[in-house]
Amino acid sequence: MSVALHQHPRAHPVGEVLLSVENVSLSFGGVNALTDVSFDVREHEVRAIIGPNGAGKSSMLNVLNGVYHPQKGTIRLRGKSFHDMVSHEAAAMGIARTFQNIALFKGMTVLDNILTGRNLKMRSNFLQQALWWGPARREELVHRHAVEEVIDFLEIQHVRKTPVGRLPYGLQKRVELARALAAEPKILLLDEPMAGMNLEEKQDMCRFILDVNDHYGTTIVLIEHDMGVVMDISDRVVVLDYGRKIGDGTPEEIRGNQAVIDAYLGVTH
Amino acid sequence: MLYREAGQFRSTYAEDMQIFPIRQDRIALMLLLAVGFVVVPMVATQYWFSALLIPFLIFSLATLGLNILTGYAGQISLGTAAFMAVGAFMAYNAQLRIPGIPILASFAIGGLCAAAVGIVFGLPSLRIKGFYLAVATLACQFLVLWTINRVPWLTNHSASGVIAAQKIEILGYTFDTPASKYLLTLSIVALMALAAKNLMRSETGRAFMAVRDMDVAAEVIGIPMMKTKLLAFAISSFYCGVAGALYAYCYLGTVEPEAFVLDISFRVLFMVIIGGVGSILGSFLGAGFITLVPIFLNLGTTFISDRFDIEISHALVSNMELITFGGLIIFFLIVEPNGLARLWQIAKEKLRLWPFPH
Amino acid sequence: MTFFIEVLVGGLLAGVMYSLVALGFVLIYKASGVFNFAQGAMVFLAALTFVSLLEMNWNFWLALLVTLVVMVGVGVLTERIVLRPLVNQPPITLFMATIGLTFVLEGLSQMVWGSQPHGLELGIADVPMEWLSQKWNINISKFDLFAAAVSGLLVAALALFFQKTRIGRALRAVADDHQAALAVGISLQHIWAIVWAVAGFVALVAGMMWGVRNGVQYALTFTALKALPVLILGGFESVPGAIIGGLIIGASEKLAEVYLGPYVGGGIESWFAYVIALLFLLVRPQGLFGEKIIDRV
Repeated sequence: MSVALHQHPRAHPVGEVLLSVENVSLSFGGVNALTDVSFDVREHEVRAIIGPNGAGKSSMLNVLNGVYHPQKGTIRLRGKSFHDMVSHEAAAMGIARTFQNIALFKGMTVLDNILTGRNLKMRSNFLQQALWWGPARREELVHRHAVEEVIDFLEIQHVRKTPVGRLPYGLQKRVELARALAAEPKILLLDEPMAGMNLEEKQDMCRFILDVNDHYGTTIVLIEHDMGVVMDISDRVVVLDYGRKIGDGTPEEIRGNQAVIDAYLGVTH
Repeated sequence: MLYREAGQFRSTYAEDMQIFPIRQDRIALMLLLAVGFVVVPMVATQYWFSALLIPFLIFSLATLGLNILTGYAGQISLGTAAFMAVGAFMAYNAQLRIPGIPILASFAIGGLCAAAVGIVFGLPSLRIKGFYLAVATLACQFLVLWTINRVPWLTNHSASGVIAAQKIEILGYTFDTPASKYLLTLSIVALMALAAKNLMRSETGRAFMAVRDMDVAAEVIGIPMMKTKLLAFAISSFYCGVAGALYAYCYLGTVEPEAFVLDISFRVLFMVIIGGVGSILGSFLGAGFITLVPIFLNLGTTFISDRFDIEISHALVSNMELITFGGLIIFFLIVEPNGLARLWQIAKEKLRLWPFPH
Repeated sequence: MTFFIEVLVGGLLAGVMYSLVALGFVLIYKASGVFNFAQGAMVFLAALTFVSLLEMNWNFWLALLVTLVVMVGVGVLTERIVLRPLVNQPPITLFMATIGLTFVLEGLSQMVWGSQPHGLELGIADVPMEWLSQKWNINISKFDLFAAAVSGLLVAALALFFQKTRIGRALRAVADDHQAALAVGISLQHIWAIVWAVAGFVALVAGMMWGVRNGVQYALTFTALKALPVLILGGFESVPGAIIGGLIIGASEKLAEVYLGPYVGGGIESWFAYVIALLFLLVRPQGLFGEKIIDRV
């Protein structure tokens, strides 16, 4: 069923391991957020991380793009290991993300927000920009074109000059996705992209996520609470509970996994 | 009906990215520049130039500088006057010590030195935010003034710490009248305002605003925190430094370190708040407003004392000035935190629809 | 050696005076999250009102009481006119509003009482303790000790007030979490007005001490600038931090002035405290007693 929502045949079939997490442990002053977690993400795959509240899902994403630094374990990108990678380095390696509680730049317009996603591709220096001359001007135009493509793709043309603070929640989530996409990432981390949305908005968002995956071949790692959505759109699922991995496999396998069922229904440990 | 964009279609991104996409705005700006460069020099009096127009322009530039740092990059600073002092004294030293250096180059050196000092005092911003940073910039204010007072080389061994700005000469023309100084200031300020606008609509400006609005997210999308914050401090201090140099050369003439006390920093901060945080236009509006307040207060009190034959002491006027400034700040923060620039924007939106209600 | 001790103790006692001003900042910051830049102006207003009343031959206690009423009035009015309309604004907006308030208070107090400096006598002479100078050859001012005792008393009284009274409990609840305090039925406006009044009282005490030392004049407003490095060192939210921070700043400033000053031409007290605070910040951005903040995303 899961693949039913993807186009057939998939434009970008699931490939080799792209990102691997090996024995990662993370704690905050004695509180263990993650304990010895390992899993991998394959190229072009939609990988979901699920688990009850406080299971360490967001911490896992924060480790993946260098916001948190795990005390133990390694993250490998295409087999190359990274230790104490800071977040803008992660961005430079093609990892983009969205946040659970929308992290848009509230004082800027939609267009400017999405343009910030392309900052790593800008080469002109501030003196050229101050003169609005030569490479700076050309670059602004080139990136404006690229951003307009993303805007078309996510269907937010009508709000491009609106300050994001004035947009409704669902649209803000979409703008955040647009900003991440503008960076043309290899891997896209989505932290509860559908939280707080109504059914219609969720359907739209699912469609966009699958379209991104199909159209650009972007590998997607997402956290989501809506099981229906997770089972429908993901290729494989990791289940965390109290910072430990308790399940890993296709949606069908997870559905039948006793440990997972226990974690969700609350069997005493 | 006059201010309407109907019929003006932008068919390319380049057209859409102009500073003033609406034709009427472009015409208005041209008119304004024409008035500033041609009409004003013909009609204004000495008093207008030296008490009103020149300080207004110089403070606009300083406000622009602080606005880049505080309004766009979100880093609060109470050290504006210190950066201005660095600009003034280093421009003086450049003129003094480098033979044959053009005056504009001296101004630039003043600005660059201020930028260097700005970078040093911007370093704490990498670790601290908000109030802590505000206090850190106070350190800059005190340390810089102390240094200028204590290092005789900086004031060319002047016993009182007072320096006399050299005469301004560009390509053989001497700028010695208030009108000529006004034109020089206006040219520099106009060009630097244009450059600021360009910067703020480019990648640099977006990086500043991203850091201001949410620094963690900015870092996650690959905006380097250190470079961005320090660049904001450098550019902002450069503007303040040039403003300081102009303050010395085109306004004061003779300068003592005490011309750049903390009160000046506060005054510029007030201009930012009243004009509009994060607005180029607002910097000018705020500077104009704050420059005019004491003048109107003076006119008002003179009027009252003449009319009702009441003796109003100088002390009373200066206290009233304090209260008015403070009150205005509180008033603006409560009523229109985005300042005059926002009011201007609202007025324009209304004008667009006029004479129809919707 | 005795000279060193003399300088050190003198510095510590001067530090107590910084702590007094810093305390006013901390109280307001804890309860309302406002960095009240106007604390210095409040010190000035309190001292000026008190000394002006004394000079009109008022009874000492009556003058004290009336000044206190004035300070409470200022606190309540500030809450009503400035803070209440700005509720839920970012902290930096409130900070700028208090800069505005500083100007208003400075203007008002000079408009009412004039701007000429006054001397203030509390009956304790600013002279060295005799037995100390005779026995140990150490010069320590009687008044400094008195000021330290008053500060100690004030801190103890505040601690009691915070720990033992119902209002104190409500204050701590508000400091901990505005929303939660509201949810259990604590009136924020009420608490803020009280805190500003208490800060006004602290300002009065600080103003009296500083007034005796340096005279009551406009320069009193700069005591706020002296207290800021103390706050950085001790953290904006910690009463013990304000005290320890004050002692550290006071002592190191005096020592530096005496031992370092001659080499750099003196006058370093205008910035030395700031530089100490800045260096300290680079090592421990959260201050002496602050907790490390983890940014959650």
